[in-house]
Amino acid sequence: MARLTSRGPVLGIAALYFLVPVAASLWFTIADADGISFDVYSKGLGSEGLTTSLLRSVSIGLATVALGLLLMVPTTVAVALRLPKLRRVVEILCMMPLVVPPIALVAGVATVLSWQQDLAATPLYGTFQALINRDFPLILVIVYTVMSLPFLYRSLDAGLRSVDLRTLVEAARSLGASRTQTLLQVIAPNLRQAVMGGAVLSLAMVLGEYSVASVLGFEPFAVWMVNVGDSEAQLSVAAAMLSLLFTWGLLLLLTALAGGRTRKTESRRKTTS
Amino acid sequence: MAENVLEKVAVRAEQAAPRRRPRRRRARWLAVVPFFAFLAVGFGLPAGTMAYGAFTATDPATGATRFTTENVTGALSGVYAEGLAGSVRLSLLTALLATVVGAVIAQALVASQKPALRRAVVAACGVFANFSGAPLAFAFIATLGTTGTLTRMLSLESTGFSVYTFTGLVLAYLYFMVPLMVVTVLPAFDGLRVQWREAAASCGATRGQFWRHVGIPVLTPSLLGGAVLMFGTAFASHATAAVLVGGSVQLITIQIANALNGNVLAGQENLALAMSLNMVLVALLVMAVQIPLQRRSARWLG
Repeated sequence: MARLTSRGPVLGIAALYFLVPVAASLWFTIADADGISFDVYSKGLGSEGLTTSLLRSVSIGLATVALGLLLMVPTTVAVALRLPKLRRVVEILCMMPLVVPPIALVAGVATVLSWQQDLAATPLYGTFQALINRDFPLILVIVYTVMSLPFLYRSLDAGLRSVDLRTLVEAARSLGASRTQTLLQVIAPNLRQAVMGGAVLSLAMVLGEYSVASVLGFEPFAVWMVNVGDSEAQLSVAAAMLSLLFTWGLLLLLTALAGGRTRKTESRRKTTS
Repeated sequence: MAENVLEKVAVRAEQAAPRRRPRRRRARWLAVVPFFAFLAVGFGLPAGTMAYGAFTATDPATGATRFTTENVTGALSGVYAEGLAGSVRLSLLTALLATVVGAVIAQALVASQKPALRRAVVAACGVFANFSGAPLAFAFIATLGTTGTLTRMLSLESTGFSVYTFTGLVLAYLYFMVPLMVVTVLPAFDGLRVQWREAAASCGATRGQFWRHVGIPVLTPSLLGGAVLMFGTAFASHATAAVLVGGSVQLITIQIANALNGNVLAGQENLALAMSLNMVLVALLVMAVQIPLQRRSARWLG
């Protein structure tokens, strides 16, 4: 009896704890001195600061995803196919960012960037200028790519384990496919879900990231949200809700993409147990 | 005819073989070179600079660099020791709470046996586990802050509650840690076989006895592993605390950010590096505990 009655309250209290802040925040954005007003949404969300910073975040995010995949897909495929000895090394290296928290990593990055003055006379100075370009800070792309390595690796590794890559490649090659054809038409479609999974997670991470960007003095979406909060609390809360919506949308996309695979593994689990 | 072709192919293959092998070896290394080069520059350089800077000091007058342990001892004394202790205390408390609450929710989910409910909760957990940092802090300010919705509705001011404190920080951290814990331990709760429960019941064990002698011992490695993961997550968090409480709660991450921004004193960069090194050491300790636990839980629940 106790079993039947305890479950409901547990999930009920949990639902309350998670839904109340969202509901209260939404109310906060529309409550006015004299009733309800949607001014924040109609005026504030169209403001220049929001669109600029959001576009900056999205472009940094897409660049991060592109760079991460360009580095990780060839590496994980090559390791799985030809360099099995490197597997442990690559795995450990990809997990290293978990040991160095973002704020500690950025402490090192800030120090490296401070060498700029000493290098003023060398050609490297131009490189530094490109790294800290305010509109598109390349340094953020690099740091975020490092930070996203753990989940990119995990998702690609899981994807590669679930297909018999060696057999696929041998089959494709013996049927006369070229190396590039094999990579694009055989390996890539099989890794699509893993690639999308890693990409969505790193995009979600970049869109909400605050610490690294604020320490290095750039203003992507999350930093703008905090800066505007000093004068317009309602607008920053509305922006926070917007980013919750983004995360939700991105993860919905991820579940939709992964849907086919989960169903398959679930049915397999049922038959084996 | 056919033999002729085969022969030709064989001859061609023989000719090609010695030429192709070295090229191929180079090709397979080529694929991983960018990865290692990127890690060396993007991760190795900053991390190395951090470790080097933690043990050196630059004389502002002469520009000369000398080795010293001042930064490290400085980062472990006074207000910075308080910050480290505050971070550890906050992470321990939130990890413990998240583990207990997450485990209870996971068990309730598994026991409910409603696939639709479970899918909905797992999806929600995914969203909330990723809802951290600055946006989360704003959600809590809007809910429980000075002019927050709940503060006004329940007139929390009069009770002396404030969200800009250690307690408020615990509440905010749990908001993303509990869902993360649920997602992490749900597979372990799935792994508890119904047959074990039936076997225990048919041997006359009560529910309490089942959990004490079978359930909890089997789950312990997973729960501990989850708790360690929670500790690491809370310990590394910066944005939520920075936006929510600013400097009113001493935390090592906030102190590092302040030292880097030159908010405290100019020339504190190397102190920030030493504090970062301390954080890395704590994180390494966390990893050293977590990896064996993961292996152990895989043995029973794999």
